[in-house]
Amino acid sequence: MRSFWSITLATLAKDIRLEWRSKDALNAMLFFSLLVVVIFVFSFDPLAEESRHIVGGLVWIAFLFASVVALNQTWARELRNQVLDGYRVSPAPGTALFVAKALGNFLLVSLLEALMAPLFVIFYNLRVLGPAWQLVPVALLGTWALVVNGTFFAAMSLRTRSRELMLPLLLFPVSIPAVIAMVAATTSILTGEDSAHFYIILLVTYDVVFTTACVGLFDTVLQAE
Amino acid sequence: MKKAFPILAVLTALFLAYTFYQAMFVAPTDALQGDVYRIIFYHVPSAWTAFLLFFINFVASVHYLADAKPSTQRAAKWIAIAVGIVGVIIPYIPQVRDWLQTIGMYPSSAATTALMIPALYFVVGKLFRGQDVDVLAVTCAEVGVVFCTIVLITGPIWARPVWGIWWAPGDIRLTSTLVLWLIYVSYLVLRRFSDSAQTQKLAAVLAVFGALDVPLVYFSIWFFRTQHPQPVIGGGGSMDLRMLHVLLLNWMAFLCFGFLVCWSRFRLEKLRREVEEAEALESLEEHGSPVVQSSAKVPLGGGSR
Repeated sequence: MRSFWSITLATLAKDIRLEWRSKDALNAMLFFSLLVVVIFVFSFDPLAEESRHIVGGLVWIAFLFASVVALNQTWARELRNQVLDGYRVSPAPGTALFVAKALGNFLLVSLLEALMAPLFVIFYNLRVLGPAWQLVPVALLGTWALVVNGTFFAAMSLRTRSRELMLPLLLFPVSIPAVIAMVAATTSILTGEDSAHFYIILLVTYDVVFTTACVGLFDTVLQAE
Repeated sequence: MKKAFPILAVLTALFLAYTFYQAMFVAPTDALQGDVYRIIFYHVPSAWTAFLLFFINFVASVHYLADAKPSTQRAAKWIAIAVGIVGVIIPYIPQVRDWLQTIGMYPSSAATTALMIPALYFVVGKLFRGQDVDVLAVTCAEVGVVFCTIVLITGPIWARPVWGIWWAPGDIRLTSTLVLWLIYVSYLVLRRFSDSAQTQKLAAVLAVFGALDVPLVYFSIWFFRTQHPQPVIGGGGSMDLRMLHVLLLNWMAFLCFGFLVCWSRFRLEKLRREVEEAEALESLEEHGSPVVQSSAKVPLGGGSR
C-alpha cells in the first residue's frame, strides 16, 4: 500500500513540477475560460435578479469546456518518448498512475475555478442569497466528478483517431447527471430558494460510483492492446 | 439458417401488416386525445425494444470484460446471481416499495428487471462465446439506437397536439431516454473512431459506464421534476384493455422485426470480421517476414490462429 501512494505522489509531483515550469495547460485554460465569460457577457445582458438564475449554468459550462483543454493534455505528455509504454511494462500498479493524473487535473481545475469565480461575481454583479459556504463542497465534488471521468476517457481516447475530438464526445454524455446536479445546486444556493442538499448527495453518489468504476477498469484500458 | 431467414422475414412482414391494421382500425379511438393517440402503438413498442437491446448490450459488454480471465468470469457469474436474488427480494420490503412508487415504479416491474439480469447473463453466456459476444454488443447498440431514435421522433409528434409543447425539458422519461440515446451514440462513435485491435475492450468499458450513468440520470431529473411538475404519460393501468391488447401485439411484432434486423446485422458483422482476418493473413503471407510466413501456413489450414 505504501508503494501505491509513493508512486502516486511521485507521479503527481512530477506533473505539478512540469506544469509549474511550462504553465501550458493553466494559461490555455485561463485564457479560454476568460473568453467564454466575456462572450457570455456580450450574449446575455441580465439584471442582477435574472443572472442569479443563469450564472449556475454559465459557470459550469465555462469550467466544463476549460477542463477539456487540461484533460486533453494529461496523457499526451506521456506519449512522447514512449513513457506510457515504459509505465505499462513496469511492475507499478496502473491505478496509481490514474489516481495521480486525476489528482493533478483536480488541482489544476480547482485552481482555475478559484481564479475565475471572482470574474463571474464582477461581471454579473452577483450576491449570494443562500448559504454561500455550500458552494465550496459543490465546487469540489463537481470538479472531481468532471475530472475523474475526464482523466479516464482521455486515456481511452488515446487509442482512437482524432483523440482531441473524441474526449468531449465520450465525456459529456456520461457527465450529464453530474452537470445537472452541479448547475441545480449552484442555482439553488445563489437564489436561496431551495435546499441544495439533495444535489450534494447526488454528487457524492456520482463521485463514489464513478471513482470506483474508473479505478476498477483503468488497468483494462491501460493494457488494451 | 439461410433458408429460415426469408421465411421469417415474410412472416414478420405479415405480422407487422396485421398489427398495423389492428392499431389503425380495430383499436378504439381515445375519448380525450382522438386518433392522435394511435402513435403510441409505435412509440411504446419501440421504446421497450430499444431498452431491451441496450440491456443486452450491457450484459454482453460485461461478458466481454469478465470472460478475459477465469477469476473475473467466476466473480461476474456470482455477482449476477446475487443481483438477481437481492433484486427480487428488496422491492417488496415495505419502505422500499413506498419509495419505488414515489419514483413511478411498481415493485413487480423492479423485481422482473432484477431477475432479467442473471437470466440474460446466462443466456448470453451460453449462446455466444469469444468474439461473438462483442459482435452481439455492437449489433444491439446499433439497432437499439435506431429504435431509440424512433421513440425520440414519435414522442414530440404526439406531445405537440396533446400537451401543447414539443418537448418537456424537465420530464423524467424524456430526458433519461435522450441521455441514453446520447450515451449509445457516443458508444457507436467510439467504435467508429477506434482502431480495430482495442476497440472491443474500450467499447465494453464505455457500455459499463453508460449503464452506471442511467440510474443517476433518472434520480437527478426525478428531484427536478418533483419541484416543477410536468405532464407525464399515465401508468399502463388506466388503459383500455382492447388498446393494451393491440399495444402488446405491436410489441410482439416489433420484437420479431428487431430480432430479424439484429440477426442479419450479426451475420454481416461476423462476415466482415472473417473477411478482415483473411485479408490480414493474406497480406502477412505476401509481405511478411520469413518467420511470419512459415508460421502463417499452419493456422491457414486450421482455419484460425
